[in-house]
Amino acid sequence: MWRYTLKRLIQGLITVWFIATTTFFVMHFVPGDPLSDARATSEQIRENLEARYGLDKPLYQQYYIYLRNIASGDLGISFTQQNREVNDIIREHFPVSAALGVLAVVFAALGGILWGALTALFRNRMPDVVIMFLVVLGVSVPSFVFAALGQLSLVTLNDWLGVSVLPVAGWGSVQHLLVPALVLGLGTMAFLTRLMRSSMLEVTNADYVRTAKAKGLNATQIFIRHQLRNAILPVITVLGPAIATITTGGFVVELVFAIPGLGRFFVQSVQQLDYTVIMGTTVFYGGFLVFMVIAVDLVYGLIDPRVRVE
Amino acid sequence: MSTANPSELDFSPAPERAPQARLVRPSLSYWQDAWRRLRLNPRAMISLAIVVGLLVFTLVGPMLWRLDPANQDLEQLSIPPGAARTAHIVEPYTAWRREATPGTGLRLASEATTQSVRLVWDAHPSARAFEVFRDIYPPTHPPTQSTQDALGIPLGEISPQDGLAFEDRLALEPITYYYHVVPVGAGNRLLSDARETIEVEVTRAITLEEATQRGLVSTGKKTQVGDEVELAWHPLGTDYLGRDMLARLMYGARVSLFIGIVAPFLYVLLGVAYGSLAGFVGGATDQTLMRFADFVVALPFLLFMILFKVLFGIGPGESGIIPMLIALVILGWPATARLVRGQILQIREESYVSAARLMGSPTGYLIARHMIPNTLGVILVTLTFAIPSAIFTEAFLSFIGMGVAPPTPSWGSMSNEGIKTMLVSPHELILPAIFISVTVLAFNLLGDGLRDALDARMRSVE
Amino acid sequence: MADRTFWQSMWALTMLAAAALGGLLLLMLIIAYFADLTIVDDASSAAVDYESRSISIVISEEPPQMDSTRATDAVSGMLLGHLMEGLLRYDGEGNLQPGVAESWTVTPEGAVFKLRDDARWSDGEPVTAHDFVFSWRTALAPETASLYAFIMYPVKHAEAINLGDMPSDQLGVVAEDDLTLRVEFERPLAFFDRLVAFTTYYPIREDFYLARDGRYGADAEDLLFNGAFVMTKWVHGAEVALEKNPYYWNKDSIWLERINIPFITPDSNTQLNLFKDGKVAMVQLSPDTLKNAVQNRWPIRRFAEGTVFFIEFNHRPERLTRNLNLRKALYYATDTAELVYRVIKLPGFLPGASLFPTWLRGEHDYLRREYPVPAHPVNVTRAREHLELARQELGLDEFPPLVLLVGDTPTSLKQAEYFQNTFKRHLGLEVRIDAQIFKQRLEKMTLGQFDMVAAGWAPDFDDPLTYGDLFASWNKNNRGYFRSDALDAQVRIAQGSLNQNERMRAFGEIQRILLEEVAIIPNYERGRVFVADPSLEGLIRRTIGPDPDYSRARIRED
Repeated sequence: MWRYTLKRLIQGLITVWFIATTTFFVMHFVPGDPLSDARATSEQIRENLEARYGLDKPLYQQYYIYLRNIASGDLGISFTQQNREVNDIIREHFPVSAALGVLAVVFAALGGILWGALTALFRNRMPDVVIMFLVVLGVSVPSFVFAALGQLSLVTLNDWLGVSVLPVAGWGSVQHLLVPALVLGLGTMAFLTRLMRSSMLEVTNADYVRTAKAKGLNATQIFIRHQLRNAILPVITVLGPAIATITTGGFVVELVFAIPGLGRFFVQSVQQLDYTVIMGTTVFYGGFLVFMVIAVDLVYGLIDPRVRVE
Repeated sequence: MSTANPSELDFSPAPERAPQARLVRPSLSYWQDAWRRLRLNPRAMISLAIVVGLLVFTLVGPMLWRLDPANQDLEQLSIPPGAARTAHIVEPYTAWRREATPGTGLRLASEATTQSVRLVWDAHPSARAFEVFRDIYPPTHPPTQSTQDALGIPLGEISPQDGLAFEDRLALEPITYYYHVVPVGAGNRLLSDARETIEVEVTRAITLEEATQRGLVSTGKKTQVGDEVELAWHPLGTDYLGRDMLARLMYGARVSLFIGIVAPFLYVLLGVAYGSLAGFVGGATDQTLMRFADFVVALPFLLFMILFKVLFGIGPGESGIIPMLIALVILGWPATARLVRGQILQIREESYVSAARLMGSPTGYLIARHMIPNTLGVILVTLTFAIPSAIFTEAFLSFIGMGVAPPTPSWGSMSNEGIKTMLVSPHELILPAIFISVTVLAFNLLGDGLRDALDARMRSVE
Repeated sequence: MADRTFWQSMWALTMLAAAALGGLLLLMLIIAYFADLTIVDDASSAAVDYESRSISIVISEEPPQMDSTRATDAVSGMLLGHLMEGLLRYDGEGNLQPGVAESWTVTPEGAVFKLRDDARWSDGEPVTAHDFVFSWRTALAPETASLYAFIMYPVKHAEAINLGDMPSDQLGVVAEDDLTLRVEFERPLAFFDRLVAFTTYYPIREDFYLARDGRYGADAEDLLFNGAFVMTKWVHGAEVALEKNPYYWNKDSIWLERINIPFITPDSNTQLNLFKDGKVAMVQLSPDTLKNAVQNRWPIRRFAEGTVFFIEFNHRPERLTRNLNLRKALYYATDTAELVYRVIKLPGFLPGASLFPTWLRGEHDYLRREYPVPAHPVNVTRAREHLELARQELGLDEFPPLVLLVGDTPTSLKQAEYFQNTFKRHLGLEVRIDAQIFKQRLEKMTLGQFDMVAAGWAPDFDDPLTYGDLFASWNKNNRGYFRSDALDAQVRIAQGSLNQNERMRAFGEIQRILLEEVAIIPNYERGRVFVADPSLEGLIRRTIGPDPDYSRARIRED
């Protein structure tokens, strides 16, 4: 197990190097000039700026410096906010995206499991049909439509009640988090509901459930210990990829709900061609996802002996 | 051991026996069987019909509804489906010369049309200037709390030395407006008590030249100023630049479906080639190839979609479809490659393959006869599920302004535009959003059906 | 039996759901702890609050640069305008008022500013002439690489210092004593007083700046203020809070105690929703949200913001647009009224007629009244004639597509699509839209990879020269390489002359040459439409200087 863990970690590091290299070269072949601004500048000022960001050196040297800096955990200084370090930017904005993402994943997972189990119980009866219709909407409506409609219904609700039940946008309290996280988790929740439903139905007819019934076990116990527990396993396998989708998919929600997350910041820095922020954010996100996947794999191996690798 | 001598009987044909009932069904090939099972799945069949319908809409539609999706009808901006479209022919617009208009008080200087509304009024002793407002509610309309001084759109400030007149040309619609002229006193304070109000019914107007150019005038009879014409018909309304929604949806379908179908097709193809190579060759090659695939999988998808978009750039007049396609292919293939490799590895160990190999089947035969048919089902299912996600990706990129370049319409960019105006002209959002949803849904359900039909092992329990 | 199983399962599920809900609440507490969130939404964020004299507003983006020597954008400029004060400042009517300087004398050769003795930094230290000397030298230092350094070039040796040819202590500005600042000009100049209200000219205290070690302006605690407000909170990308500066010399004129900026978003729908929800005191309306505001019966206000937008041609020899007749054809085919009234659809916008906006002051009246331009002639027949002439002159059978370079914002795309359609319909010309993100568009402009480019120019200071020298052949912002010796000569007069009448005549000439040569097609002067909370008074909207300006705002008691 330790050898396996170590191997995975080393692989992860190499993957991060690959991401860093790809990002570096992609960025340096992007057309456009990050140092230009609406007011034209003199050659001298340009040269000064290039020197500050090391853009005057040959590409291989820049690459070397870049890798060295990443290795020492320094992602450089932003081009647009010339007095802020990329590390600071990530430190400030990532927890926001993470908070939103974690809550969305939990919403999605809990919602998916509960709704899925419920629909399986009510198989082909009214609640099942209604929920499955909503699920169909959930997987087929683009997230930005949800986000816009979610905000609109919030405003309408507040207006109708005459008090602000939940904030419409912004950041600062847990209440700000609820609707955006729900919107963000909606697609995944719908997907997981479907998965959970079919997984539940499969388990209901499984031998061990029949055996448990034959043994005269309490139905509640059978439901929880045999059906639910086994039905959840496939749902957990897809959670890893779902986390990745949700954390990077936060862009839309962050834009619409004015949430200061890293995703929104990334889109802005691309528009400004802020090299250091783009590269820093990409490497950070890439690294984060790589190690998340490794962590999920390892944890999963611990939970379910059947899939323990090697 | 009997060593009886053979008799004559032994060499005569056996007597015909009554034919035995044999339990045979016509031999069904894999695909026939799959098709049979798919046909039994009503949801999948409806989805298939929708997909075919969408393809017809996309490919045949523009031939039937021959309207340029870039053509702007500035007389009919953001009109909902089924809006009235009768217009009066008027003289071409000329700058207003402001001759004296008889009468007193706030009054119209000429007929109010969507071309212009011309107002004149009289001097006010304490007015430094006049602010002109245009409202859609009558002044008697009960004001909501804290909006007592809401007078509608402030059109402009007129200083008395420029004349006591105002011409409104701002996005006039053929409805009833209430114009307020409010004197502005010292310190820029609005003297609301001294305001004058006039109700103006605006008629839709079009110039003869414009009508002729747009082919609204029948050539047979002579049309002149004052006549009525029917403006161009837009069955699904128009967008913010007066472009026909139906035509744009059709062309948008081309873009969205092209990206949605071709990109997955290409990357699944690439993934199949890559994965089967790795799976078939095996060994160190396999390890290297799959390690590289792992690298590519690790690239954060949306971030790199955006980076590739700025990297490839979109040149003048280009739609940006090809760069998006390339980016999708670059980032999309490893998932299929992994899947196919896994399948190939699995199938390679199957007993029927070993048997075929023992019987001396050449490699080519093995691939053609066993490997491909047995993975094709999985591949087809992957492809069907990849389509909705590609359509979503396109829509998402368009939403953050990184999608196809205008004036190329796509469902994503249309919904992005529509979302901004969803409160006042919801059809601009609802229509493209419905198309996206229906398409995604159809492909998802079709994928479910295919999965059930093609692979009993992957059958989901419904 | 089956029924009992069902109900028992249901019960189990309900219990599970309850447990999940509990877990969820716990998780939210944990998240709140780690992401530094409060549990309950802060109630102080009402749009206006008379009791605490506070307002809440929304800004469209995070201020990219709060170091006044390097700030270039409108949002940073707006905030800095509330936080800092230069020697002079603009009032609500656009007139110059004393700021840190109590009195000043400007001669053609230089200027002397007498600083008031009660001006204080937000830590109580006095604002001295040295602080101005330091910040001006910093702005011009080559290492600072300030993009707005050029605005100081009228000061003696400024350009040479900025180019690294001279040490920065040679700058023609000295603190004769703590309260006297003497400025020497590079060459005679008529409008220096209008420059010193600009952001780049704000003071910075040396000891504080050096103590921050390159982080000056990065966070709220990395800033020192001498204006009406101090920044007490800056959560990047999320929130900014300003509070009244107790040390501000003119604090009696400031009524507001607090300006909260709890929202940072460019999305016009979100902004509208925030206003509707009573969370912000003012919201800018877009063409998309205007109609909704009318339906809601909000008191809508309008203001001519005055930035000029135009289509700039590429005059490089290899481009077709060097041909005057082609440019004229495009010019006569452009209906700016249609653009403003049918495509932009916002009041406050004025159809463009000249590079010089209507609000610029001339000698006695507005410049545009003293030197009027003929009404923009839309004439498709004439346009076609010019196009035919151009075709013959260029020896073409048919025109190849022309490239129109634009930014990638929805507004500019919409306009580009309009122009594409117009030129196609009226002239049969194919236009290719080249939509690029900001920095890529700038690079393409600089490299001349366009035939036409949609450009805009916001004024830096209140003199027609802020526009007048834009198309001088030596101006780096003249990215289409327009060149006219006659125009260059007039620009030199406008820059160097001390006679206002002569200068304004030069601007009149520049305007005439630009129109005659069709160097540009003026599109419009931008307007702003907004709704503000009815009880908010004294909000200042202005063309030059920080906009919007809440510093003199107050709340009417209901």
